[in-house]
Amino acid sequence: MGAVSACEKWLYENSFPVDGGNFDDAGRVSGRIKTILKEMGIENDVVRMAAVITYESEINIVSYARHGMIRLHVLPEYVEIEVVDEGPGISDIRLAMQQGWSTATDKIREMGFGAGMGLNNIRNFSDIFHISSDVGSGTRLKMIIHIQQEQNR
Amino acid sequence: MNLETIVQALQLRVKSGRDRLGGEVRGGYVGDLLSDVMANSREGDLWITRQIHQNIVAVASLKDLAGIILVLGAEPAADTLEKAIRENIPLFMADLPAFEMAGRIYQMICPRKA
Ligand SMILES: Nc1ncnc2c1ncn2[C@@H]1O[C@H](COP(=O)(O)OP(=O)(O)OP(=O)(O)O)[C@@H](O)[C@H]1O
Ligand SMILES: [Mg+2]
Repeated sequence: MGAVSACEKWLYENSFPVDGGNFDDAGRVSGRIKTILKEMGIENDVVRMAAVITYESEINIVSYARHGMIRLHVLPEYVEIEVVDEGPGISDIRLAMQQGWSTATDKIREMGFGAGMGLNNIRNFSDIFHISSDVGSGTRLKMIIHIQQEQNR
Repeated sequence: MNLETIVQALQLRVKSGRDRLGGEVRGGYVGDLLSDVMANSREGDLWITRQIHQNIVAVASLKDLAGIILVLGAEPAADTLEKAIRENIPLFMADLPAFEMAGRIYQMICPRKA
């Protein structure tokens, strides 16, 4: 299941596709990523941060994009999560990052989304957060969560 | 506090996750906005909500919540119940409104503070 490459220092590296519009399946990829990290014995706090980040990212792809990919890289020092989608992109990232700002449709809101909190959650639950977007093409997120080394505790 | 104690005291109707009633409840959270619950609930919380869409199961599972209480007699959607059973997430139904449910549970869990 997991790709552990011999030449690199990745402990784990894999990409998970997410389909736009498929709300029935939403949360499946984040659930899998959580299970993978737990089974690797990654500390609980890191697993929990990754769960929030990947879930909010997954829901945003499902809600707004046509298709996307969540890439998980686990290294000894940190977990890196990259989210790339093909979709409308975000024209004003500052506005999109504002808590409470949302373009969610009524259908999306009925399912409990659309609080305008997701991107904030992603930022708050990452140690490093980067977002960029091209209108008409897609959005790209990159997050890093540091893993506390045993000896540093 | 043990989940079963709360289920008994408040006569919650158990819809799924019966074998997890021995689990520990550490606190609670009330909310219908999934991103709010995602950000602010904590492991071991009992989640009080009126949201019945199946996404509540993913949130409870990802956040390691103790269970979900649907208040005011809200019925889980069919696929919500299916998913809760499949993922073994304790899901309960209750007639009380969220305010009262939260108050009662708070009193049980934090009697000195209440
Ligand atoms: N991948 C994306 N592609 C296009 N637009 C996006 C994307 N992600 C977010 N947005 C835009 O940014 C807004 C804010 O996103 P955010 O995740 O913070 O809140 P939300 O999805 O509206 O609600 P919530 O996440 O709280 O359920 C969205 O309403 C949408 O307009
Ligand atoms: Mg969102």
